[in-house]
Amino acid sequence: MKTNKISGAEAVIRCLLEEGVDLVYGYPGGAIMPVYDELYKFKDQLHHVLVRHEQGATHAAQGFARATGKVGVAIATSGPGATNLVTGIADAQIDSTPMVCITGQVGKHLLGSDAFQETDIIGISTPVTKWNYQITEASEIPEIMAKAFYIARSGRPGPVLVDITKNAQFDELEFSYKKCTGIRSYIPKPSLNLDRVKEAAELINSAKKPFIVFGQGIILGQAEAELKAFVEKSGIPAAWTILGLSALPTDHELNVGMLGMHGNYAPNVLTNECDVLIALGMRFDDRVTGNLATYAKQAKVIHFEIDPAEIDKNVKTTVAVLADVKESISALLPLIESKKHESWHNEFKELYKIELEAVINDELKPKKEGISMGETIEMINKHSKGDAIMVSDVGQHQMFTCRYAKFNSTKSNVTSGGLGTMGFALPAAIGAKMGMPDREVVAIIGDGGFQMTIQELGTIFQTKVPVKIVVLNNEFLGMVRQWQQLFFDKRYASTEMINPNFIAIAEGYYIKAKKVTKREDLDAAVAEMMASKESYFLEVMVEKENNVFPMIPTGASVSDIRLS
Amino acid sequence: MENQTFTISVYSENNVGLLNRISGIFLKRHINILSLNVSESEIENVSRFVIVVHTTEKWVHNIVGQIEKQIEVIKAFYHIDDETIFLENALFKIESGLLFDEKQIQNIIKESNSEIVTVSRDFFVISKSGRRSEIEELYKNLKPFGIMQFVRSGRISVSKEKMEISALLEELKNKQI
Repeated sequence: MKTNKISGAEAVIRCLLEEGVDLVYGYPGGAIMPVYDELYKFKDQLHHVLVRHEQGATHAAQGFARATGKVGVAIATSGPGATNLVTGIADAQIDSTPMVCITGQVGKHLLGSDAFQETDIIGISTPVTKWNYQITEASEIPEIMAKAFYIARSGRPGPVLVDITKNAQFDELEFSYKKCTGIRSYIPKPSLNLDRVKEAAELINSAKKPFIVFGQGIILGQAEAELKAFVEKSGIPAAWTILGLSALPTDHELNVGMLGMHGNYAPNVLTNECDVLIALGMRFDDRVTGNLATYAKQAKVIHFEIDPAEIDKNVKTTVAVLADVKESISALLPLIESKKHESWHNEFKELYKIELEAVINDELKPKKEGISMGETIEMINKHSKGDAIMVSDVGQHQMFTCRYAKFNSTKSNVTSGGLGTMGFALPAAIGAKMGMPDREVVAIIGDGGFQMTIQELGTIFQTKVPVKIVVLNNEFLGMVRQWQQLFFDKRYASTEMINPNFIAIAEGYYIKAKKVTKREDLDAAVAEMMASKESYFLEVMVEKENNVFPMIPTGASVSDIRLS
Repeated sequence: MENQTFTISVYSENNVGLLNRISGIFLKRHINILSLNVSESEIENVSRFVIVVHTTEKWVHNIVGQIEKQIEVIKAFYHIDDETIFLENALFKIESGLLFDEKQIQNIIKESNSEIVTVSRDFFVISKSGRRSEIEELYKNLKPFGIMQFVRSGRISVSKEKMEISALLEELKNKQI
């Protein structure tokens, strides 16, 4: 009888291929060496990108997942390799990013013996994974890997970690692969209750001042077309959370901007004026709601959501439509009356004018000598024409990117929303570009965050991935400095950065680099960067003490948003 | 919202690590678990957790949502005391001599509806099932004589209303095919 026996390590690779994976990010080490040996043999079918630190592998996998909608894969060894994944896993968990992490582990007979590079990564990763599992027998590999991919991508997506002991990688198994199609204790998509959709439609049709707030659920649920159709038919103004950004084109006439702490003035103020608040695939994060006690109390709230645990978690709903958002909006669409809501729209326009004069004009056409972050983003818009994927790090530059970047198509805004992970953007941009090689990918990073994962310049150099890197350098940890200025009497504790020569560093990695210090040089420099076929590093020296406004101070109501 | 005692019942697959995953949900919210019991349930290969917490209804609703979200959890419920039948079990290890020297101990045992599980030359063991207050009463009465060891189990509880778990499992099984 012909047998089909292969090693556990080969089985891991075959499972990845069965799941359609052709690109993984990782870093080798002792306990994962059998898998790397197989990666060598399969290098024609499965491309492995050697990052410079395991955290970079997770963020690259996240960037890949966010730009493509596919599952990102990161591989690391046991012990420090595994613990270095944790930040990226936590980031993927809170931002619902589909990712499978594979870690090596010491042999089964050594578990619990404090062996070299042994760490309880299952225990450590439990609170920040959607699911995790330790494989100790080679025969478990196909079924567990199939479950891992199914769980990571289905329902509300999230990260899964599979820890594989070294003996399970060496031992042989009879290999056969069957994709996972269901787990009895897991309901990825609750079935849609049409009565709830009818109730929602009645509320929407009778509303005088309805308001749509949408989040990343639209992108994860591939419901961009449904959202657009709903917005256009109902004539309802729509605002977005930062992870919902790009699900609706930024120039759409019914797109009224960004919600939350540094969002636009009108959508925040009018959250507390609307009569029906329609939340689509968003979770009422505290950065969006401000003080919950004064959040949209006058409104009836309709929540379209896939995750039952999000219903009534932060905001009490009048009608909860629990289902996949693509299905539920499709069911809602024929029940909605076609309307214009002109006077309601005018309220948004009036408030926009106030923000334009108080904030936006100064930011995009500054009178100060120093370059502003906003005008840099606007310059990138000019050259990208809204077609680039923008990958932002965390801080002031992130808020400026989300506020001012233009997007024509979905899955174009990649940023660390929930966890706020500095150091995210550089490796995430690598993943986004490798996932979408035909699109322009621009990373926008502060001088602080850049130095948290600066080593990934090595990955860019080695792989020649043509990402564009813009560091907005204000020689401060700008967002913390802003808070120190506003709430801590300008005591700038440990926020001033004495920076190295970034250009020399980029050039040390053989990456084309340019530094801009004057406004008149910005246009040409951005043009040169965008035209480059290779990776390009652009450092822009920006005004040191600019602040991001508008701003909802912590604990304040959305309608108490400050313009200065 | 006021704090009150809730009994959370969780039906789950019997897998390594799930206890850690569930206890982490309480840890993350800084909520102390008053008692925890894990056993088989009425369904083969399905475990049942009984967890007692003292918190608000909003929190318990939130926690049960998070528990149910875990991949290997089939269903989770929460109840207030009036909605369940519940008890705890306690063991008291006492020096054997006292059984003969202190006549009153025999009366205490009889009146408390507890039973003597074993008697040896050196010690005997009393088992008492019941509400927390009954066990505490017995503890208080035995304490003056000297208790060599005392242990009390977590709460076990069944709900008065039906928990439609078997039907749910059947439904899920059919759905997959």
